[in-house]
Amino acid sequence: MTKKITVALAGNPNVGKTSVFNAITGSRQHVGNWPGVTVERKMGKRVYKNTEMEIVDLPGTYSLTTYSLDEIIARDFLIEEKPDIVVQVIDATNLERNLYLSTQLMELGVKLVIALNMKDLALAKGNRIDEEKIQEFLDVPVIPTIASKGTGIERLLDAVIEEASKARKNDDPLSYDEATEGMVHELEVILKSDQYFAHYPSRWFSIKLLEGDENIIKKAQESKKYTQIREILRKTDEDNFETKIADQRYSTIQAMLRQVCDINTSQLSGSDMVDRVVTNKLLGIPIFLALMWAAFELTFTFATPFMNMIDIFFGWLAGATAEVISTEWLASLVGDGIIAGIGSVLIFLPNILLLFFMLSLMEDSGYMARAAFIMDRVMGRIGLHGKSFIPLIMGFGCNVPAIMATRTIEDPRDRLITILVAPFISCGARLPVYVLLAGAFFGRDAGIVIFGLYALGILVAVLSAKLMRTTVLRGEDAPFIMELPDYRLPTLKGSFIHMWERAKIYLKKAGGIILIGVVGVWLLASIPAPGSGGVFGSEEIYGSTDSLVGVIGHLIEPLVAPLGFDWRIAVALVFGIVAKEIVVGSMGVLYGAGEDEQNLSNILAAGAMTPLAGLGLMVFTLLYVPCFACIGVIKRETGSWKWTLFQLVYGTGLAWVFAFTLYQIGSRIGFLT
Amino acid sequence: MPEKTLDLIEPETSVKILKLTGQRSLRKRILDMGLTPGTKVEVMRRAPLGDPVEFKIKGYNLSLRKKEAQTVLVETVE
Repeated sequence: MTKKITVALAGNPNVGKTSVFNAITGSRQHVGNWPGVTVERKMGKRVYKNTEMEIVDLPGTYSLTTYSLDEIIARDFLIEEKPDIVVQVIDATNLERNLYLSTQLMELGVKLVIALNMKDLALAKGNRIDEEKIQEFLDVPVIPTIASKGTGIERLLDAVIEEASKARKNDDPLSYDEATEGMVHELEVILKSDQYFAHYPSRWFSIKLLEGDENIIKKAQESKKYTQIREILRKTDEDNFETKIADQRYSTIQAMLRQVCDINTSQLSGSDMVDRVVTNKLLGIPIFLALMWAAFELTFTFATPFMNMIDIFFGWLAGATAEVISTEWLASLVGDGIIAGIGSVLIFLPNILLLFFMLSLMEDSGYMARAAFIMDRVMGRIGLHGKSFIPLIMGFGCNVPAIMATRTIEDPRDRLITILVAPFISCGARLPVYVLLAGAFFGRDAGIVIFGLYALGILVAVLSAKLMRTTVLRGEDAPFIMELPDYRLPTLKGSFIHMWERAKIYLKKAGGIILIGVVGVWLLASIPAPGSGGVFGSEEIYGSTDSLVGVIGHLIEPLVAPLGFDWRIAVALVFGIVAKEIVVGSMGVLYGAGEDEQNLSNILAAGAMTPLAGLGLMVFTLLYVPCFACIGVIKRETGSWKWTLFQLVYGTGLAWVFAFTLYQIGSRIGFLT
Repeated sequence: MPEKTLDLIEPETSVKILKLTGQRSLRKRILDMGLTPGTKVEVMRRAPLGDPVEFKIKGYNLSLRKKEAQTVLVETVE
């Protein structure tokens, strides 16, 4: 019979926790969110020696206080779900800070197994570590692993199974000074006398009370014993009690480390040498820009042929299927609706795969932290974190992977703002619209106009971030306390797993929304207006003045008339939500120019629109509702329809105001008319 | 020994932490990263644009904005 156990994987960030997780679970992973928040929750299964292990990957944390969302999640899981075993992955090159978390896990009274990871790198650094002595001191199993190569994983699992069968230990190896221990004891007596606290390990709860942990104090306030508890806590008011406790934890660790290992601190590490160049005052920014350019080119240029292939394939498939189906409306539904819809989901895959491959290389190598370090000054100005820079830059290629890339931003508010402003960064799909309109109306000056639109996008994104930071998402800036981990060689396997995970999430979570959107627009374009006498799904009706979308176009014409647009532009903008480049194609059809863009350009230049309205249309295209794919990932990444709707309304409102102001003032003063 | 705040220390200088003066949540987070009183901190470098600053502490590298570093009171050591 197989036994079932739950294993929680804890550890500091950048210690190889993901590698350990991958090495244990292989590809049997499931990525979701922690309940109620958009922090990622990774789970995996492994059957080993008749034991079925459910592995839960906790967010990487340095501590278990409640000052960050990640720590609250990790802590709540350990207290509420009570996993059978906690495996803490420790970076052998950085024992002192890693063991600080171990002391807190032990205080929590969990059954702990330590995976001493990257011992090879510690040795290379000149550090000697005696893991058996650590094991003796802490009284928990310590297993050396090199997770990136899979070394030590079976021994780790053996230790997990063995520990799981043992009874829970209650002694905490860490003791504090007499005064503190006295107070801990007094508090424990009170806590044990009230059933309300039975859920929590009493020693841990007492220490947290003394540390002034806001979350724990709030919980204590709800009990009848709070007056007694407050009496004791009053003694800690004067001095920085949490400093004292942290200090003692670290002192205990230091005392232990002096006996179990020999750490070489004299020389500069290899990472420090690299950083001398990479974050150098003069070279830092050029190197960063060069790497960004390379990542951008590789992601978007390299993806182009694959995207074209997908485009051609689905175009061909739509045509071929339509020919086979004799019923006209059904042929159109399958061809222009469903197949085109699936095509517009899949077309983003090459971008997503490549971008996340690049990002995982940057993240795993340690460069991502340096990029944030270099750009933080710029992003800090608008109230964001240095890590917001890369997603925004990637937005120039495509907003969809850019929004997905905000996963690297830890602070939830920073991340949300980055997601909300990312669609204003002018993506590649908007360029064809600019090229056509700017070409038709501005001839030789088209380049300047297009450049101006890109600049406007950046400006709107920056100002919107600043605005949101001071209004709807007000609050103090999250403190910038970031580790610059040692540089490491990323593993191909890790990068591939990461890339595939992102693609799966995109297909599952965003794919549906995109498909529904595309088919929805097909329906609007295919259903004839009542009384028009047109045939559902016929070519004559599709997107014409007699279709439902045509009716909608006429309906919203009064809304866009002050911007200088007529019903045809309104229809083209509705189609543009499918994908922004479609604005061009639909205008071609609506202005009777067919598929020939030069033809459309001539018609427009001959006076179908004023250059002023054309400029307004470009500005509107830049800012209004992003495409369905973008809406899909905004929903997936914010986990909220409310914020998704906020982005749509805010962006479209802004687009309207900009185009309105431009057209009204322009036509009064005779600018570009 | 003159007392200074950590943001004012020039790169390639070593200092010892005396006290954390920030508000509780910030203080706690800085403590958790190992910046306890008495700990030696080496100022490595400033970012190319002047802020944040990189430090070496307990054998690893950490960066703080000047705003956070300002809440760390230190004394210079030889």
